[in-house]
Amino acid sequence: MSALLEVSGVSVSFDGFKALNNLSFSINERELRAVIGPNGAGKTTFMDVVTGKTRPDQGRVSWGEPPVSLLGRSESAIAVAGIGRKFQRPTVFEDQSVADNLMMALKKPRGPLSVLLFRPASEDLDRVAELADTIGLSTQLSRKAGELSHGQKQWLEIGMLLAQEPRLLLVDEPAAGMTTAEREKTTDLLRAAAQSRAVVVVEHDMDFVRRLDCRVTVLHEGSVLAEGSIDHVTRNESVIEVYLGR
Amino acid sequence: MSRSFIARNPSVLWFLLALAVFTLGVTVLAEATGLGLVSTSFVKTLGKTLCLCLVAIAMDLVWGYCGILSLGHMAFFAIGGYAIGMWLMYARTRLIVTESLAAAPLPPTPDEITDGIAAQIFGVVGASEFPPIWAFAHSLPLQLAAVVLVPGLLALVFSWFAFRSRVTGVYLSILTQAMTLALSLYLFQNDSGLRGNNGLSGLQNLPGLEAVGQPVLSMAFFWASALALAAGYVLASWVVSGKFGSVLRGIRDDEARVRFLGYPVETYKLFIFTLSAVIAGIAGALYYPQAGIINPAELAPIASIYLAVWVAIGGRGRLYGAVIGAAFVSLLSTWFTGGQAPDLVLGPVRIQWVDWWTVLLGLSFVAVTLFAPKGIGGLFDLVRLRRAPDRHGADLGPDTGALREREAET
Repeated sequence: MSALLEVSGVSVSFDGFKALNNLSFSINERELRAVIGPNGAGKTTFMDVVTGKTRPDQGRVSWGEPPVSLLGRSESAIAVAGIGRKFQRPTVFEDQSVADNLMMALKKPRGPLSVLLFRPASEDLDRVAELADTIGLSTQLSRKAGELSHGQKQWLEIGMLLAQEPRLLLVDEPAAGMTTAEREKTTDLLRAAAQSRAVVVVEHDMDFVRRLDCRVTVLHEGSVLAEGSIDHVTRNESVIEVYLGR
Repeated sequence: MSRSFIARNPSVLWFLLALAVFTLGVTVLAEATGLGLVSTSFVKTLGKTLCLCLVAIAMDLVWGYCGILSLGHMAFFAIGGYAIGMWLMYARTRLIVTESLAAAPLPPTPDEITDGIAAQIFGVVGASEFPPIWAFAHSLPLQLAAVVLVPGLLALVFSWFAFRSRVTGVYLSILTQAMTLALSLYLFQNDSGLRGNNGLSGLQNLPGLEAVGQPVLSMAFFWASALALAAGYVLASWVVSGKFGSVLRGIRDDEARVRFLGYPVETYKLFIFTLSAVIAGIAGALYYPQAGIINPAELAPIASIYLAVWVAIGGRGRLYGAVIGAAFVSLLSTWFTGGQAPDLVLGPVRIQWVDWWTVLLGLSFVAVTLFAPKGIGGLFDLVRLRRAPDRHGADLGPDTGALREREAET
């Protein structure tokens, strides 16, 4: 099986600081992958490059089957191509209802004219209800997203990502600031999501990663330090030195 | 969710009702059509006010809903005015010239007529030939098309360059100010082809309708302005309701997030900016025939800043707020600057409102921004018992245009 996303030899520098240094990474369809690394290891920059927010100085990012380059495409074009991204802090549209947030994210034509003429059909409403059920917000559909608790906002954002039906989901620190019960639910959501699509989880928290039970990539100073099962990487000498040992 | 448009937007019905009552009320009281209690000049003031309400709706679309603080929207308004003004001036001068040449022993050739019109119109700037931009001035349909097309195209080109380079926030505001200032300075030149600082005048006289008289004409324009405002309100409500409105508000509060949802943010901004410029152009085309004169001072940067102030005082992000703000502040401004307001004597200081009105306006703007961000439109929330969210002072999104805590609804 060929890779869904292949990042090879990517370097990015900001004012001389090398955020990514010849980074190579690939992920297959329906794979769950955790990316860990200390602060400044390049985790967020890696996501920025894949989603089109940052242009790399060199390297290739190819996507799909047959592989096409994602470099030079706009963020929205990449999102439409099937890459969804969840930010570290929950970013939902706080002034709008949960239903409106989900409706906006549903996989539909994104052009201004088709959106202007869009009227929700009953299957769209059903899909929104179904998603709300998945993320446990069925009773909150008409509430404004800004009123939700921190954990609920994170789930709403995950729900919006599921609504986009991406083939690859990039998730930045989903468990930050969550209670233990909320973390467990988040783990379940992510594992369920990985049944039908590829998911990359960037995480700080080793326990959370352990619970995800998947292949782990360790980043350090902008490149891959180690890759393998959680037990494999936690036994790796250099990983212990730069990350776990601190 | 599948309820009718009116059921989802009850403010539309209330607005149309209020506008209809107002229009009929003025008609009953006016000189031409009723009791004669309202003078023709005041009918014109009210008609102009309706046009200002329409351009305020256009401003609210870009600023209140999409977070683009355009400080150049009156440029589109004035372009609409110039476009219709060119035809009005040409057609009326043509009538005058044909009449005076009719007395000559030989019937005048078309060239003589054209030269006569050009000499009449451009004598004041020392020219006697039509500049190329007057090529379509003889045709009402073409100039009417220009009312829509010229502001639309200018907005399209401007926003294509500005939004594609991701210029946002205060930089975009400065860019729009520069646009309107540049246009104004260009039009001030005599060789710009639009009579320099003289502008276009006599626009209140519709060619061929001299016999009708100003009282009836002003009523007709008043009605046309009311209809345009009603249509503009319904159109704007339709645009901001539903998913398109969701996306616009999303762009206002958190543009990057909308991008990662897959929406081409720049195209949306371009669309709404252009639509709003077209509405502004139409409002201008109805305004200037009632004002009678248009000159480059109308495009001065301050005019567009006033527009933003009206919308802020009325309450941005709600269409009726923009309308109320524009009507209230512009009518108040007419009253204060018209010398009708009695002077205020504070001991040795005598406050003459003609001079002090702008100070009062500035203070009210600051006060509204600080203490009542919802503006006058917020008064309706007291009736509806709408509550603001308790977010400990946080805005509803990271962008500079994002709705503030007290502007929002829980």
